[in-house]
Amino acid sequence: MSVSRNQRDRVAQIALHSALIVFGVLSLIPLLWMLSASFMATGEASSFPPALIPHRPTLEHYRDLFGRLALGRYALNSAFVAVVTTIAALGINASAGYAFAKLRFRGRDQTFRILAAGLAIPVQVAMLPLFLLVKSLGLVNNYGGVIVPGLASIFGIFLVRQYALAIPDDLLDAARIDGASEFRVFRSIVLPTIKPVLATLALWTFLATWNDFMWPLIVLSDDRKYTLPVALAGLVGEHAQDVELMMAGAVITVLPVLTLFLFLQRYYVEGVTEGSVK
Amino acid sequence: MSDARAAAHEPVGRGRRIAPGWWFVAPALLLIIVFFLGPVIAAVGLSFTDFDLYALADPRAARWVGMRNYVRVLHEPLFWQALRNTLYFAIVGGPLTVAASLGTALLVNARALRWKATARAVFFAPFVTTLVAVAIVWKYLYHPRYGLLNWMLGHIGVHPIDWLGDPHWAMAAIILMATWKNFGYNMLICIAGLQSIPRELHEAAALDGATPFQRFRHVTMPMLAPTLFFVVVVTMIGYLQLFTEPYVMTQGGPLRATTSLVLYMYEEGFRWWRLGVAAAIAFLLFVLIVVFTIIQRRLSPRAGT
Amino acid sequence: MAGGALLIHPALFRRPQRGVGIVASAALLVLCAGCGRASGDNTELRVWAFGAEGEALAPIAREFEQANPGVHVRVQAIPWTAAHEKLLTAYVGGALPDVAQLGNTWIPEFAALNALEPLDVLAARDSTLVPRADYFPGVLATNVVDSVLYGMPWYVDTRVMFYRTDLLRAAGLTSPPTTWAELRDVLVRMKKVQPPGAFPVLMPLNEWTQPVIFGMQSGSTLLADCGTRGVFRDPAFRRGFEFYVSLFRDSLAPALANTQISSVYQDFAAGRIAMYITGPWNVGEFKKRLPAALQNAWMTAPLPGPDSAGISLAGGSSIVIMKQSARKPVAWRFVTFMSNPARQARFYEQTGDLPARRSAWAAPALANDPYLVAFRTQLGRVVPTPPVPESELIVQLVAQAGERAARGRQTIDEALASLDAQVDAVLEKRRWLMAQRLSPARVSGKQQ
Repeated sequence: MSVSRNQRDRVAQIALHSALIVFGVLSLIPLLWMLSASFMATGEASSFPPALIPHRPTLEHYRDLFGRLALGRYALNSAFVAVVTTIAALGINASAGYAFAKLRFRGRDQTFRILAAGLAIPVQVAMLPLFLLVKSLGLVNNYGGVIVPGLASIFGIFLVRQYALAIPDDLLDAARIDGASEFRVFRSIVLPTIKPVLATLALWTFLATWNDFMWPLIVLSDDRKYTLPVALAGLVGEHAQDVELMMAGAVITVLPVLTLFLFLQRYYVEGVTEGSVK
Repeated sequence: MSDARAAAHEPVGRGRRIAPGWWFVAPALLLIIVFFLGPVIAAVGLSFTDFDLYALADPRAARWVGMRNYVRVLHEPLFWQALRNTLYFAIVGGPLTVAASLGTALLVNARALRWKATARAVFFAPFVTTLVAVAIVWKYLYHPRYGLLNWMLGHIGVHPIDWLGDPHWAMAAIILMATWKNFGYNMLICIAGLQSIPRELHEAAALDGATPFQRFRHVTMPMLAPTLFFVVVVTMIGYLQLFTEPYVMTQGGPLRATTSLVLYMYEEGFRWWRLGVAAAIAFLLFVLIVVFTIIQRRLSPRAGT
Repeated sequence: MAGGALLIHPALFRRPQRGVGIVASAALLVLCAGCGRASGDNTELRVWAFGAEGEALAPIAREFEQANPGVHVRVQAIPWTAAHEKLLTAYVGGALPDVAQLGNTWIPEFAALNALEPLDVLAARDSTLVPRADYFPGVLATNVVDSVLYGMPWYVDTRVMFYRTDLLRAAGLTSPPTTWAELRDVLVRMKKVQPPGAFPVLMPLNEWTQPVIFGMQSGSTLLADCGTRGVFRDPAFRRGFEFYVSLFRDSLAPALANTQISSVYQDFAAGRIAMYITGPWNVGEFKKRLPAALQNAWMTAPLPGPDSAGISLAGGSSIVIMKQSARKPVAWRFVTFMSNPARQARFYEQTGDLPARRSAWAAPALANDPYLVAFRTQLGRVVPTPPVPESELIVQLVAQAGERAARGRQTIDEALASLDAQVDAVLEKRRWLMAQRLSPARVSGKQQ
């Protein structure tokens, strides 16, 4: 052994961290450029060689977006839809997930298996008839039409069930012996116990709803009701030349979810690993 | 079994109340049946009719046409192109994404690495971002003249490529973008998989004189293989549903090089309102996914030692 | 909209109850049903316009509001790429606007859907505001389906020749061709004075306007029997199609799609293209992009026909009122407002879109522009494409047949035979509907 253990370790450390920095930067470059270009003066981003840092940072595009182009309204629309969906979906999916885990009723396992099989069906198959159905319910061009179809999520039920399986039965039985109804058991014992997965589910639902594009695109025809991604796609159609403006729009769209993710990373990560454990 | 639990789990029967479990799942089940399974079945039915613009105005104008939509779609060159494009995206993009996931997972999981949480966050960030927004960003990154990518490649002597305007490169450009966006998700799964490999195996191999590379080949990979395989197939199935990227970045062009099956279905359905045809395309996509799922089940390797 | 979020009672957070999901979604449905309703007693007129016209409509909307207090006009500008799908989706969803711009080739389609309000009575009543005689007949005809008027033309579009006058002179000619024979002669001569490897006329293979125009110039109606079958093999269309294909075969036009051509203006300036069949928007573009030295070296001319001056396409956009609208009187007032000749002339100055009102052409901006003379003349000789909903698909098939013949993949007869077969297949539904006497243009009762 001509190289000492320590030296080998140090080399490994340097190599690892260099690789980390390189790939990390590569991973972040698009987002960093997006941020940087949003502060550039009009036309600066379409120069050769490409500008990396704004010459003189300006807020004019943000002012444009919130002022003339009313992006603030779309952000509020997205927030409204995401918040309402998250809250409603929590109740619906949590109760179903718990029931599949802990309550016995005839046909429980077969039903769950059918649901799991449903995961294989791509959502786009249902989209056209769903639109016609939503139309007949009078929910087209209306947030109801955007929110209601997405409330029940097979993935969410899965997630909660997985977590709820670990609740000790004795805990639940004790409450039942004391005469508590099943609803009471759910409310007072189960929900506090599964708080972590509820947080994960809430976060996932919020993010998925905020980022949703195809369905709101189809359902909403009134541009005042657009959610942020739909409005952004519409802007591209008209302002494809305004790179800096589009970048500012992208920043506004991405910032809330990125911030939420950064602060609540743990819950998000748990969702992935829990969901994949089979 | 205690009396209380027995009472709570009484099955449905004459004179007994409905098991409370059904009340708990009812809202979700109702929503899923009404807003998902119902439309899916309706879609299958629609695919056997020639429901189109005329039928929108007057449902009497829809006819039962049996398999005609399927025959028509299967004879349509655009369908085969969309299928080729989609398979290209899935078969190249899937493994590529997972390779990137595995690579970064190994990096983040390495014992000697510090700032693991930060590294994980950095690699996962792209996954969290809104697809429409990043599609727009990448549209500009790919600009032949002013885009960062060609500028960076220029430094190593590569001529400017018209990423989104050249039919040969357009889908590759979308694959690259999708890989960047999605590798973080599978990275977490790979990390979990890596961490589930018992330390003793690595230590035993090290004691036997194995280099890190040999340890990777003979300890890590066999243990990780089932997870990896599962992840690759799941990613590919997700990629078969490609829509937003071509819709925002290329509108299916240039020369239909980035028209995916879902984009083709969207055009038939929402642009031309040939609902019967669109439903047939959707069903064919479903069949494709089932095929992939079956292949996955059959070929799933068992964990080795 | 954001107010909705505040309606979720804080108590729901503190003590989550079993029914929270059901209650929330019920409340949501009630809440959101309200979201869709129009608010207030101020009349709000919803208008959809597309592309650049969408943005240019805003000042006109403001003017209308000033002239009609109590009315608020909301203009929604939609990119052309999304226009067709948004219109159809809104039709299905019952969310169409009151007034919309509609490309006149789309009018048969929406008439078939029973989505458009017939305008005959209103136009007759207000004939001083919108006299029929003041519209180019060929353009007005595009708005009539089964003898019913469904839209008022807003701006017009047709195709004429743009050509290099200096190259024409160098080829030994003083005036542009007026017959096909002259056209061919001109092109052959121009090719001799162009740089080597250049083509005198540019007709991108994926544009349907050229083969369709030549076919219609030689007298073909493209479809027969009430638009239920194709007549592309008939001598009338064949003659035009043959002429079109011969230009490629004789290397007078390049066999390229417009996606393969990156720099029309540069090629035109360099003389690599001497002639281009295109529309009015290029007048502005040519003025903008051609070098100053060349600004006196190009001109427009009406299209040549088989034996005399030829016809061209009647294109453009109309304004329509949707049948679903609950504010038709105000909508009609807005339509007549937009149809005012002076306003249309001002609109031209803003967008370069040619007015549909003939009297608007007297305005100086239009009357004094030498490049527009050809358009004015040509607009007196325009013909619409067949008024069937499948038009758009059919003309694409014509372009594809033209491409196959031009590239030598099929002979003319083969191309026309396959074109007829394809078109007949596309029209099969229409034939069936007519046989059932479920007339597609007049559907009773079913209202979305």
